[in-house]
This record gives sequence, C-alpha cells and structure tokens, in this order.
Amino acid sequence: MAADANDAVGMPQLDFATFPNQIFWLVVTLVVIYMILSRVALPRIGSILAERAGTITADIDAAETYKRQATEAEAAYHKALDDARAQAHRIVEEMRADIQADLDVAIAKADAEIAARTAESERRIAEIRDSASAAVAEVARDTAQEILTVFGVEAEQKAIADTVSARMKGGAA
Amino acid sequence: MAEANGGLNIRPMDQFRVEPLFGGDYVGMFTITNVTLWMALTVLAVTLIMVVGARGRALVPTRSQSVAEVAYSFIYRMIEDVAGRDGVRFFPYIMTLFMFVLFANLLGLIPWAFTTTSHIAVTAVLALAVFITVTVLGFVLNGAAFLRLFWVDSAPLALRPILALIELISYFVRPVSHSIRLAGAMMAGHAVAKVFAGFAAALGAAFFIPVLAVTALYALELLVAVIQAYVFTILTCVYLKDALHPHH
Repeated sequence: MAADANDAVGMPQLDFATFPNQIFWLVVTLVVIYMILSRVALPRIGSILAERAGTITADIDAAETYKRQATEAEAAYHKALDDARAQAHRIVEEMRADIQADLDVAIAKADAEIAARTAESERRIAEIRDSASAAVAEVARDTAQEILTVFGVEAEQKAIADTVSARMKGGAA
Repeated sequence: MAEANGGLNIRPMDQFRVEPLFGGDYVGMFTITNVTLWMALTVLAVTLIMVVGARGRALVPTRSQSVAEVAYSFIYRMIEDVAGRDGVRFFPYIMTLFMFVLFANLLGLIPWAFTTTSHIAVTAVLALAVFITVTVLGFVLNGAAFLRLFWVDSAPLALRPILALIELISYFVRPVSHSIRLAGAMMAGHAVAKVFAGFAAALGAAFFIPVLAVTALYALELLVAVIQAYVFTILTCVYLKDALHPHH
C-alpha cells in the first residue's frame, strides 16, 4: 500500500500498488492529449503553416510577375519612343519631298511664264523696230522729195521711193 | 513535511508519493490521486499552448501562436530528419509523447508539484508503448527482413553472429534505458533539490549557501526537463527509423 512507502528508505517509484492507478491515468491522459492534438491542434497549426508558406510563395510569385511586367512596360515604352521617332523622321522626309515637288512645279511654271513673256517682249520690240524703220523710210522719202523740190528737180515719186529703199537696205554700206 | 521537523530529518523521496486527493490511504486503479491532478494539468497546459495559443490563426503569429508553431515545426522536422519522410504519418503520436513528457517535466518544477514523469511506471509504459509499436511495425512493414536489423552486412562474416547477439541484446535493452533515463533524471533532480532545501532549513544563519545551490540546480533542472523531453522524442524517432528502414 502507499503507506508502506512512507518509510524513509522506500522509493515511492517501486511501490507497485500504485502502478495500476498511474498507468490508468497515464493512458487516459495520453488518449486525451492525442485526441486534442490530432483532431484540433495539429491540423490547425499545419493549415496555418501551409497557408503562410502558400502566401509567401504567392507573394514572391506576384513580385516576380510585377517585376516582369515592369520590364515589359519599359521595353514597350522604349519601342513606342523609337517608333514615334522613326515616324516623325518619315513624316519630315515626306513633307520635304512634297514641298520639293511643289517647288519644282512652281519653278517650272515660273520658268515657262518667263519664257513666254520674253518671247512676247521680243516680238513687240521687233514690231516696234519694224514700224520705226518704216517711219524712217517715209521720212527719208518725204525729205528727199522736199529737197528735190527745193532744188527744182522734178522727180518721179516711184524713183525716189526705190532709191530710199535701196539706200536703207544697204544703209550701213 | 521534512523541513518542518528541523534538524537533518530530510525525506527527499516523500515528494514522489502517490496519494489519494480526497482522503484515505487506498490507491486503487481508478482512485483520483495527485497523479490524476498533475496529468490533468498537463493536458490543460498542452491545450493552452497548442489549441488556445494558435486559435487566432494569424498569418503573422502572435507570441503564443509562435510557441505552438515552433513546437509543431520542431517535432515535424525531427521526424523528417531522423525517421525519414515516411515517418511523418506517425507525427501525431510522437507529438503526443513529446508534449506529454515536456509539460509533465516542466509542471513538475513548480514547487509542491508532483512530477508524473519521475515514476518508472509512467515512463516504462511510454517506453514499452514505443518499443512494442516499433517492433510490430517493423515486422508488419518489412516481414522477416526486419531481422536484418540485427545482421550487420558490413562486418566480416565471422563477426556477424556475435554482432547479431549484441544487437539483439541492445535492442531489448532499449525500453529499459529509454524509460529509466527519463524517470531517473527527473527523480534525481527533484530529490537533490529537496535535500538542498532541507539543508537550508537546518543550517540556520548559513541558509543562503544551499538556497544559492538550489537556485543554480533549479536552472539546471529546467534545462534537464526540456532536454529529457527532447531526448525521449528523438530516441523514439530513431527507433521508428529502424522499423521503417531496417537496413544499416
């Protein structure tokens, strides 16, 4: 009995009378702890840890994705910038070509007009010159008639005209 | 109590007595004793730490949740590292053993507490449960090949029968050392603490010397309480490994 172990020499650990009691309560305790742990505590803590691991993995993945998206956005930005630059260059070139073409047409047109005006002017100068020489011949004939009249020489009109014309043609001689 | 008697009438073993809580001397199988009380408190402590502590299910753990998570991860990794990945299915059983031994040891350090794990009856049941489970499991999983555990292939042929005999003896000594190690460590520490406390009462003016000794011893006992729980659990994992992978 338990009281027997009260002697100073006795070890209560070796009091076999208490063994059934200890073993019974130990088994009850272990079963209760096992139930609490396996039904409630361990699944709960396991799910918390799994959830945390999942969250961390998901966050790292999300960060990876955002980083890739940022890189892609930067590449797209640079590409857009290059495209815009190329397009601007092309538009400038096109405009320059258009203007050049317009300019060429205008210059050609102006040249043609100048040529036409020049021809007209030359024709009119020629006309003036012709009418001027006709007038000189007239004046020369009349003057010759008058001179001959003053000197009392009767001369035929036709002869005078012919002489003046001949003189004028070889005027320079 | 021993201290009250004065002199050197120290009875360090009295603290280990199993006594009925509600009077009488008779300790039957179902009597509610101090064993019942301290085992119930162990269940309560385990529940507080493992269930109540983690009830927040916080993604960023609170302090109490961290304790539960650390205990969980610690034992889980121990099984994985020692017994291998297929040992993980025994996690709830090993966790039960660890939590019981750890909290029984720690609660026993409370003054006037009864240390359930200081009794060979308790630790022997724990060790035998491990021993029988592991042995049955070894034969169920490996059949007769489990006996190769005792046949050291790497040794010279002539030595193998001798080694087999030694291995066999050491195998059957396992539950004895497994249980006496824990009960002995607990009993010795508590008994020594009691003896020093008795000295403090007897020495009068020089009482502070044993009090300092008890304080130092108490810190050591705290360490021993945790380490013995750890040792008990890791040995269980080692034995489990032998059942799962009986090849050297």
